[in-house]
Amino acid sequence: MSRSITVDEVAAAPDSGGTDYINATKGVWSWLTTVDHKRIGIMYLVSVLTAFALGGFFALLLRLELLTPKHTIMSADTYNQAFTLHGVVMVFLFIIPSIPGALGNFFLPIMIGAKDVAFPRLNLLSLYLYWIGAIFALSSILSSGLDTGWTFYVPYSSTTNTAVVNVTLGAFVLGFSSILTGLNFIVTLHKLRAPGVGWFKMPLFLWGLYATSIVQILATPVLGITLLLLVFERTLHIGIFDPALGGDPVLFQHFFWFYSHPAVYIMILPGMGIISELIAVHAHRKVFGYKAIAFSSVAIALVGFLVWGHHMFVAGQSELASTIFSFLTFLVAIPSGVKVFNWIGTLWGGSISFKAPMLFALSFLFLFTIGGLTGVFLGMLSVDMHLHDTYFVVAHFHYVMMGGTVTAFVGGLHHWWPKMTGRMYSEKLAVLSCALYFIGFNATFFTQFLMGSRGMPRRYYNYLDQFQPLHAFSTFGSWILGAAFLVMLYNLLNSLKNGERAPKNPWGGLSLEWETASPPVTENFVHVPHVEHGPYDYAATVARRAS
Amino acid sequence: MSAPAEIVEGQPSAERGSPQFEVAHHFDSADTQFDAGRMGVWLFLVTEILLFGGLFCTFAVFRSWYFEDFVEAHHHLNKVMGGANTLVLIGSSLTMALAVRAAQMTDKKQTTRMLVITLLCAATFLVVKYFEYSAKFEHGLLPGAYFHGEGFQGTHAGVFFAIYFLMTGVHGLHVLIGMGLITWMLIRNLRGDFSSRYYAPVENVGLYWHLVDLVWIYLFPLLYLVG
Repeated sequence: MSRSITVDEVAAAPDSGGTDYINATKGVWSWLTTVDHKRIGIMYLVSVLTAFALGGFFALLLRLELLTPKHTIMSADTYNQAFTLHGVVMVFLFIIPSIPGALGNFFLPIMIGAKDVAFPRLNLLSLYLYWIGAIFALSSILSSGLDTGWTFYVPYSSTTNTAVVNVTLGAFVLGFSSILTGLNFIVTLHKLRAPGVGWFKMPLFLWGLYATSIVQILATPVLGITLLLLVFERTLHIGIFDPALGGDPVLFQHFFWFYSHPAVYIMILPGMGIISELIAVHAHRKVFGYKAIAFSSVAIALVGFLVWGHHMFVAGQSELASTIFSFLTFLVAIPSGVKVFNWIGTLWGGSISFKAPMLFALSFLFLFTIGGLTGVFLGMLSVDMHLHDTYFVVAHFHYVMMGGTVTAFVGGLHHWWPKMTGRMYSEKLAVLSCALYFIGFNATFFTQFLMGSRGMPRRYYNYLDQFQPLHAFSTFGSWILGAAFLVMLYNLLNSLKNGERAPKNPWGGLSLEWETASPPVTENFVHVPHVEHGPYDYAATVARRAS
Repeated sequence: MSAPAEIVEGQPSAERGSPQFEVAHHFDSADTQFDAGRMGVWLFLVTEILLFGGLFCTFAVFRSWYFEDFVEAHHHLNKVMGGANTLVLIGSSLTMALAVRAAQMTDKKQTTRMLVITLLCAATFLVVKYFEYSAKFEHGLLPGAYFHGEGFQGTHAGVFFAIYFLMTGVHGLHVLIGMGLITWMLIRNLRGDFSSRYYAPVENVGLYWHLVDLVWIYLFPLLYLVG
């Protein structure tokens, strides 16, 4: 395989600024064997969006089932499998690989003026591992399904008759994919920055990805060994987690959350990075507190390793441990708050253009703040006793993961779409989809805060009649949300065919990706870029152009 | 593990060292490429340590819970075989280091010799491990539900043997993968790929091999010796 890549690449290398990366070589095979980070990014994009559509389909089914207190469209067992698959697909196949795999792969090398990531073939291997892991995980749909919830808690997961082994092995392989991407990004950022691109001249998106990569490398291996232990527990009854054999189910929770809590920062940190870009570029203003934003990403990544116990306040953890974990959980709010205030500070006095990416960024600020602050409620021991395992938790993490990460992801997708595809989408439809998204999202999930605080437990198939109005409202909201994504999909796909040709720099950004063609050539830049200004030096650049 | 492979083949460049070595198109120099590869391997080793870290943590938890049972069970491990294997593995780390040194000095014969000895040590380790495992199987010293060893006072020896088989099993798998990598280095060395200008793959496989050795150096006293 390696030989053919080399030959392909040599043949494709543009001697002038000629062909863009999309048309450099033709055919499916040239994509499947490519080592071009941009093509790998595009393949990731298509893959994660497919996963998102699948996970979203399950979500709509769930909401439809919950429209009435009793049976609506599916049986209780099917419901258990649907919410499990919604969680597994969204977490492992969509949100973790989404921003690093798609936008990170595409833009990280370009933003530092490099020709590719440090290990291009390892990058392709990550994508293949993602596909293999996805096939493993999704094979469960065709066999006996999975009904453990995405957390695979023992002892249920070691006794249920559903396809736990398939899915855990899938998640194990997906973990490798995630680790290799993180490793690749760290080495690339350390070794391949173009002359003049110092650490503090990198766009803040890259600081987000750097912090993410650290978490990917340090946390994912622990998930790997945990899932392996679970597989052995099921197949060989080794007795590590099974209390009947002397094992400890709470140990599984510790191991699982040692990865899975840091993993929520794998999900949100790249999103925060995107928001820094969107706000600075569309407000045409130097980022307020560059270093504060950069270091708060790293701080979140590090503190995030010490808070996993807040998932186990009611799991029989010692009071002392719970108190310490509760305190450490509050600490996460500090760097998160630093970011939010710095973004608002950046908007202050900027010349803001309210294009679709900016509207998504503003939605993010609103939704993420709600999501973040309700996290403080849940980190508080006494309050969590009441809210644990209710819809309040569901609403909280959807506000962070969807209101935060997904909003940032689609905002970034609109922001960089012209660069990636060379086409402009319809601004009107983009604004419409953003408005529908914002309304639909809040209708769906804000009601869940209300239900949760009134005691509606999560994952229940039936519920008391008193919750029906709120459940129905939430379901209607999910339809608006679904409509928002259909409009978005139509708009983006339509732009590929009918969109105007995108200029080099449609938003007036100053980071390096806006200095190359839209879409970029295979080698990213015709000449190695010479960096004269920082990515956000708007005032200085305007002054220079005037003189 | 794949990191060394990255470096091997790349796009043509003006700079040529060993016959097979060309600086990949996206690196500005051979030094950057070498540094990047080595950094990638170090990061990979960090993930390995965390993977084993999970198992060490499991060991620590259950040892403190079932201390008496663990002490009793650990007497059933063969200290002589374990000790011999420790010496074999430490020796192989030395020969691996010497192989890297020889590759740096463009001493092809010595590199081959040292790699072959390393490979033989690794094979010896696995053969000894095989005899240890068969003895455990024979006496019913098996993980969890399958444990049926006789004459045990405690009731949790099964957990000890679950951890024993998991840790030594995952480690043994790493030895096996290491043997594959060393064989690959051997073939490339015989092909004449390495010289003082290009020896990164040997060094990187060496780093991996030292980690495999290091994990065993912690495994051996924890499982076999401390009571």
